[in-house]
This record gives sequence, structure tokens and C-alpha cells, in this order.
Amino acid sequence: MTEPQRRTLMDTHATERALSRMAREVVRLAGGAETLILVGIHRRGVQLADRMAAEIRAAGAVVATGTLDITLYRDDLMTVGPRPVVGPTRLPALGIDGRIVAIVDDVLYTGRTVRAALDELADFGRPRRTLLAVLVDRGGRELPIQPDVVGLTAEVPEGGRVEVLVPEIDGSLGVELVEAA
Amino acid sequence: MAHANAPYLGKDLLGLEELSREQITALLDTAEAFKEISNRPIKKVPVLRGKTIVNAFFENSTRTRISFEFAQKRLSADTVNISSTGSSVAKGETLVDTARNLEAMNIDMVVIRHGASGSARFLAERIKSNVVNAGDGKHEHPTQGLLDLLTIRDHRGPLEGLRVCICGDVLHSRVARSNIHGLRKMGAEVGVCGPQTLLPADVQTLGVTVFRRIEEAIEWADVLNVLRLQLERMKGGFIPSLREYNRVFGVTRERVERAPRDVLILHPGPMNRGVEIDSDVADGPHSVILQQVTNGVAVRMAVLYLLSGGAPEQAEAAKTGGDA
Repeated sequence: MTEPQRRTLMDTHATERALSRMAREVVRLAGGAETLILVGIHRRGVQLADRMAAEIRAAGAVVATGTLDITLYRDDLMTVGPRPVVGPTRLPALGIDGRIVAIVDDVLYTGRTVRAALDELADFGRPRRTLLAVLVDRGGRELPIQPDVVGLTAEVPEGGRVEVLVPEIDGSLGVELVEAA
Repeated sequence: MAHANAPYLGKDLLGLEELSREQITALLDTAEAFKEISNRPIKKVPVLRGKTIVNAFFENSTRTRISFEFAQKRLSADTVNISSTGSSVAKGETLVDTARNLEAMNIDMVVIRHGASGSARFLAERIKSNVVNAGDGKHEHPTQGLLDLLTIRDHRGPLEGLRVCICGDVLHSRVARSNIHGLRKMGAEVGVCGPQTLLPADVQTLGVTVFRRIEEAIEWADVLNVLRLQLERMKGGFIPSLREYNRVFGVTRERVERAPRDVLILHPGPMNRGVEIDSDVADGPHSVILQQVTNGVAVRMAVLYLLSGGAPEQAEAAKTGGDA
């Protein structure tokens, strides 16, 4: 077996710039940060949402954040086998009714995670509008779901996969393309 | 991105004796994540949608049955309750018949409470569905053991090295057995304290320290798990009187206040106030008795969720079958 080839799609600096731009776009689409809630999808979407929130706060605005673990809403849980580990879900105590929720995830691929996230959010309330912000859109949708804000659109060769690295989990910030071995 | 998988628990949850430290940790961690669901505006997740669960309670129980029902409903499972009291049929036959009838109705899981030790295993070996032991005789009550572990962990951090004393009627108690197995697996030190007549003759073989005096137990312990004196089983002259029991073994405010450290107080309920525990202690600052009840729902949700998946090799088989 040969080691799979890894290629950097965005280094730390480029990723920081992309997140900064995404933060500005989300605020613009939401018409300000006051009603906005950035909701990171567990796991790496959480760190990305935190970074975007830090950008927004650095510009002097106040913004709410939350985290969502979509495991219990997945559409493949009817399959047999060990159950996935369930992570924490935390949304603002005042709820999401009437707010603008921006779902933040690392990679948008089939769209199934986002479908699950939309269903889960609906059990918490009725946002005025829900946006989708992803660091990487790699195409390959299996559901009619499109992002509102994208950091990078990537072409991924067959069998390849996009890995988003965040310092809290992976030790560094960046985006890599892992090609099929 | 693929999520990590939790360790496989096996088809059934029959007792904590059979579980590894890794499996118990996964159950507690999953329960931790599930706590939040009960605080949502819509207290329901779709993870067990389409699953049918039978709650077969052959022995009276209110809180355990209700707790399981809440857990099932919050996971969107469909539930049916069977209760049977005082059947004249021999226990073995009743269970085999019950098992056959249940299987004929295409169910997915059975939660069983039965007065005979070993009945949950007996059923589990005869049906394909997952079986969850909700208390079998004097054997085990694993979900109670898990919720006690979770509640202790919530307040005292990792269980490793903690000293937990189980007080009272250890002899008749499946809660005690599940606690002893679970706590020891997690690296806690376990003590038991009660009148000699209410301690099993072989209790030391379970790896516990025996205390003859409640004062010594309280001085030693970080946590007291005070068991219910099972009054319905006290006809055999185990104790002279309830007043005498309270005087000698009761967990009273005076005794708890004399402890060298803050002792966390658990009780599986229902309490006999003024017998094994005084109201001052049960309602006092160190009591986490109601939190045990809250945690019970989360723990049972975790058990049902983790059992609903199946074995890793089944997943492989399903994958190969799908591709062919």
C-alpha cells in the first residue's frame, strides 16, 4: 500500500482569510450580527464557527454561537453496526425563534449532514432565516441543498477526500486534499 | 466526515458485570450528550423511529418503568407495556411463552423487570431482539447502576480512586450488585455497610470493604449510596425493628455532619424517610437524589441508542450484501 497523496488546498493564512471573508458575508446576508446565531456542526464546524464569531467580535459586534451534533438525525442510522458517538448540542438559552441562524460546517459534500441539521434546528424553533456557510464546497450533492457562503470551491478527483484541519483537534489550521491511494 | 463509533455493547444489557470499563465509559458519555435533549422545546429525537420496544414488567415498578418510557418516547420509539402480576404458571414457562409471543409480533427490543434472578439472560438467550435488564431478582439492575455512576461522576469527577459506600440492605439488592460491579470496573473503591443479616455471606468475594458501623463507613466514604430497606422482604426477622435500624444504621444529619469531608448522598428510591435515611439528609445540601432520577432518563436513552445498532461484523455483512 502506498501512502495517499496529500496536497494543501489552503494553508493557515489562506484559511484565516477565507473564514474572515465568510464571517463578513454572513453578517451582510443577515443584515447585521445582532439577530445572527452561528451554529457549528460537530465536530470541525464548531471550531470554524468560533473563529468566524471571533472575527465578528473583533470588528466590535456582538454575535451568538451554538453547536449542533446531528448524529441522532442522520439518515443512515437504520443500517446495522456500532452507533456513532454523540457529541454535545448547545444552542442559546433564549432559543432560535425569529433569529437568523447560519449553519457552519467544514466540507459540503452530499448535503445529508445539512439536511439533518435543518431537521434538528426545526425541533429547537423557527428561525426567521437559515443560512449555510461552508469552508469547502466539493460538489457531489445527493440532495437539493446549496450553500450561501463558501470559502473555497474544490474539484476533487474520484476517491479523493477533503480534510479540514483545525488547531483544537488537528494541531494546525488548513485544508488538504487527500487523493485515493 | 465520518464520526467515530462507540464500542459495541453486545446484543443485550444484562448487567454491569459483563461490561468493560470502555463500554461503561461510552454509556456514561453518551448519556451526558443525551441530557440536553430533555431540556429542548421539543423533547424528541428521531433516532429510534420505527423501532418497537416492549416493556415487560413482571414485578411492580413505577419509576423505572416511567423512566424507560420517557427515554423511549424521547428517542421516538413505539412502546407497548406488558405487566403481569402473580401468574400461576411456573416462571420458566411464562417467560418462554412470553418470548415466543413477542417475537411473533416483530418487536425490536424488550425491557424486562422480573422477580427471578437470571430471568433477563434467560429471555435474551431465546429471542433475537435486544434485551435490557430493568432489574432481575437480586441479580442486577444495570441502568440504575449506570445512573448512579453518572450522578457521582457529575459531582465528583472521574470515578477512579473515589470511595463509595453502599449502605443498608445489600442482601436483597440488585442495585447494590450493579453498583459494586460498575464502580469497581471504573476503578472506585467500594465499601458496604449494614447489619450482618442484610449483607450476603460472600460479600467480600466481590472485592468490597465491609463496615459494621455506619459511623466508620461515613468517615471513610466520599459517596454514600443509601439503599432502600425493602420492607416487603423484612418478614424473615432480618432486623429487630425499623426504629432500631434507624438508630444503628440510619444516615442521619448528625452522622453526616461529623464526616471529615462533604459526603455525596445517593438513594435509588423510593425512600423510607426516617428509616434508612433522615429527611434532613435526603433534602439536604449533599443529596443528589432527584438528579439521579433526571439522569436515569438520559442513561436509559443511551442504553437504548447504543443497543439499537448491532455488531460490527453485521455492518460488514450488510455492506458486502449491498454491494453485491
